[in-house]
Amino acid sequence: MSTANPTTRAEQVDLELQTLRECNASLHAAAGDPAAARSWRVLNPGGRHSIAAGIDAQLEVEIEGHVGYYCAGMNQHAAVRVRGNCGVGVAENIMSGSVVVEGNASQSAAATGRGGLVVVRGDAAARCAISLKGADVVVRGSIGHMGAFMAQRGRLVVCGDAGDALGDSLYEARLYVRGSVAGLGADCVEKELRDEHVIELRALLERAGIVDVDATSFRRYGSERRLYAFDVDDAIASASTPR
Amino acid sequence: MMPPEPRSDGSAPTPPQLGLRESATFDRLAIHQIQRAARTGIYDIRGGGAKRRVPHFDDLLLLGASVSRYPLEGYRERCGTEVVLGTRFAKRPLELDIPVTIAGMSFGALSANAKEALGRGATASGTSTTTGDGGMTPEERLSSKTLVYQLLPSRYGMNPDDLRRADAIEIVVGQGAKPGGGGMLLGQKISDRVAQMRDLPRRIDQRSACRHPDWTGPDDLEIKIEELREITDWEKPIFVKIGASRTYYDVALAAKAGADVVVLDGMQGGTAATQDVFIEHVGIPLLAAIPQAVAALEELELHRTVQLVVSGGIRSGADVAKALALGADAVSVGTAALIALGDNAPELDAEYARIGSAAGYYDDWHEGLDPAGILTQDADLAARLDPVLGGRRLANYLRTVVLETQTLARACGKSHVHNLEPEDLVALTIEAAAMARVPLAGTNWIPGRNDL
Ligand SMILES: Cc1cc2nc3c(=O)[nH]c(=O)nc-3n(C[C@H](O)[C@H](O)[C@H](O)COP(=O)(O)O)c2cc1C
Repeated sequence: MSTANPTTRAEQVDLELQTLRECNASLHAAAGDPAAARSWRVLNPGGRHSIAAGIDAQLEVEIEGHVGYYCAGMNQHAAVRVRGNCGVGVAENIMSGSVVVEGNASQSAAATGRGGLVVVRGDAAARCAISLKGADVVVRGSIGHMGAFMAQRGRLVVCGDAGDALGDSLYEARLYVRGSVAGLGADCVEKELRDEHVIELRALLERAGIVDVDATSFRRYGSERRLYAFDVDDAIASASTPR
Repeated sequence: MMPPEPRSDGSAPTPPQLGLRESATFDRLAIHQIQRAARTGIYDIRGGGAKRRVPHFDDLLLLGASVSRYPLEGYRERCGTEVVLGTRFAKRPLELDIPVTIAGMSFGALSANAKEALGRGATASGTSTTTGDGGMTPEERLSSKTLVYQLLPSRYGMNPDDLRRADAIEIVVGQGAKPGGGGMLLGQKISDRVAQMRDLPRRIDQRSACRHPDWTGPDDLEIKIEELREITDWEKPIFVKIGASRTYYDVALAAKAGADVVVLDGMQGGTAATQDVFIEHVGIPLLAAIPQAVAALEELELHRTVQLVVSGGIRSGADVAKALALGADAVSVGTAALIALGDNAPELDAEYARIGSAAGYYDDWHEGLDPAGILTQDADLAARLDPVLGGRRLANYLRTVVLETQTLARACGKSHVHNLEPEDLVALTIEAAAMARVPLAGTNWIPGRNDL
């Protein structure tokens, strides 16, 4: 099924020769098999969906080309690298490990991610880090509209610009944008960038392998927390009667 | 003299000598709602399902056997009840002993004890239970032999370990109580544990998303289903749950997208907390939705290949038998299961009165004050529900419902409850006949299909 490459000792899966099911089954089987290869290359991804979704092992997976939806979805422990562009929902609900996209990412990159790191070297489209629940997301380029919509926990770093309605209905996720923000969503406000945030940003950029960006050049955004509770009045009839 | 009209809310009738007349338009409920709105500036939120009367299974009757058909012996002849869900693509379909499952209700809305009780009752009855909008608790996984794990727009607590631990996966697109709406859990119920499971701050008024974060529309759904199958190595059946509205199209698209099972929830379906205006005014009754769903599946030649599970106002074996006769493979219960556990028990009437309600009416489930200890996160209240006893009560209820269903199926001459068919049904009203697509009793007339 898979052919060992003697020079790099990486296991290879060629999606022109093997099915997606065979590819993912091999990656999943590595979870319970300490003897399995730790290093994998996926060739000819051809835009297929769900490549490397559901890995639960400390593997290194390099995908040589463009992928479709949900690449590396729900990743646990693996370090996945896509040498190409990604379709919708790359690394959706990532739990741990890392997913690096060398090209651009479509909508909903890192949606609902709960842990680990997602790096997009190019741009990410709309709804990047939507409903984020604890993962860290670093975008070297810009993001589209509704970034970090309803994001609950975790951090989103955008080295370029952010589209409209950034951080709409935000909870406790922290957002950092270096360029312009087309507009803030409901309940999202700019907050002071203090020293501790610069330290946090430096660490995130370093983990993302981004060395040419100054951590002090970002602005920080967060929730104003006005939408956390319903606005309920208690206008007693007699009290509101004009005297 | 005419006796005074009893009030619809059960309170004392108006003294006739005063000659007062209640407006049909501005009745006391409407007046109260305007007054409440003027005081608070916010819509009414409550639990439960639609309270208005809509055409329902009570408007249908079964045709028992006689000369033209012969019945089966009530206590002696076999009448099968088993059902297999997820035969289309999954490696491991669910094999259930009875065609009644427990619907998804979240930990958060329900206490951990209540979730455990549901698991115990379902397991004792040979059926499945379902997680909800708050993730999977160890209590319910341990107590449930067969557990369906919901993937909802909020994705609270979603993780691949639980996906693999589950016996089936249910993609929730909508609920009958609120097709097009997201979930709600108010601050009173966001305890430390609930907050932690959902990655939310404590005590906030949570309003969850109504759309999935990473897919929209049927073409994406197909890809999403494939992803879930890939993650779980094609083992688990994938259900798609929809609220009844444009049922014909939604069911056809869910089936085309690759669902193994479609779960169809009618407008009477319960909710833990939703705007009253949403519960009462959005969606269609289950009675009207089932024939649309069956028609869609039949046109795709997928009826019985994609199983149809229906819910929304199921109370008794009569409801089950009629739902199956219309073409469902199984039903699901939410509210009835909670009542079986002890919700709205008359013994608690004094306690309901203290929180401004009454046994039989209590629906402020979002406030977390449930004296029965079911719809709460308060540790003291929750401790009132013994999960073992609750499970036994639920199992008793389910056994009764199944016996009732078999009784009716045998009367119609069926050796399996799935052999019930629309031909076994007639309607009491023109509305029900038109919606259920069965003849008005005593006629051959199906409104909209043929002439009287
Ligand atoms: C307390 C409560 C909580 C619920 N929570 C969920 C949920 O988390 N996810 C979901 O899909 N449906 C939820 N529902 C809807 C049920 O799954 C089901 O569709 C409905 O209860 C069926 O109608 P019935 O209550 O008339 O039986 C909930 C219902 C109730 C009563």
